[in-house]
Amino acid sequence: MAQSKATDIRSDLDIVIARTMARDMAKSLGFGAIDQARIATAVSELARNIFLYANTGTVAVREVERNGRKGIEIVCNDQGPGIADIDTVMQDGYTTSRGMGMGLPGAKRLMDDFVIESQPNIGTKVTCRKWRM
Amino acid sequence: MESLRIPILKIGDVLIASIQVALHDASAVQFKDDLLQKISETKARGVIVDLTALDVVDSFIGRLIADIAAMAGLMGTRVVLTGLQPAVAITLVELGLELPRVLTALNLEKGLAMMQRLTEESSDGAI
Repeated sequence: MAQSKATDIRSDLDIVIARTMARDMAKSLGFGAIDQARIATAVSELARNIFLYANTGTVAVREVERNGRKGIEIVCNDQGPGIADIDTVMQDGYTTSRGMGMGLPGAKRLMDDFVIESQPNIGTKVTCRKWRM
Repeated sequence: MESLRIPILKIGDVLIASIQVALHDASAVQFKDDLLQKISETKARGVIVDLTALDVVDSFIGRLIADIAAMAGLMGTRVVLTGLQPAVAITLVELGLELPRVLTALNLEKGLAMMQRLTEESSDGAI
């Protein structure tokens, strides 16, 4: 059966819990050490965005398959302020907070597929996937 | 929750901090404050931060490390980062965080040797 797990983000401690959860699943799906680090780092960036901008949200990870290829999917959801201009936040160096503006574009570079859906005052959903070699 | 303290050891005029656990944001910020305070108290000439045990360094921790190096530099203390795992080096560069101004060494032993050279150079150059 395909694995799936989720955790709530409420504090900075949960960022570590979320990335550990993602790394453990990536490992069990047969990802190598470097991809495990990429996946864990991407989750860390996305979970921190939830904590910084929306205060609370969820991170879910699950096993996925496409054309016989195994992968991991990460879905980050929040009911925060949303993003008015997604193109702008995906630029390197753009930041509205204490960050360096590499959270979203950095996470995108570390993963294979990356989709942001967001509506102002409703929330943000980031879905990203990494496929096994 | 109380943040976890990273022990900072003093050997001669060098401070050594080995980060052995995954840092959450509050404990990382605490570490920065503790380290700068300790530099001031001990008048250390160099600091080695060993990251061998870390398997993830995200942009928050990466930026904090760059900040520590810059702040310690302003106080006249050199910082050498040691033991970055290959996966950590790869993800940092892919994230866009190359830490160009931070001195690094492969491991703690090479870091200590580097620190010795750096502090000798600076004492030779002193007027």
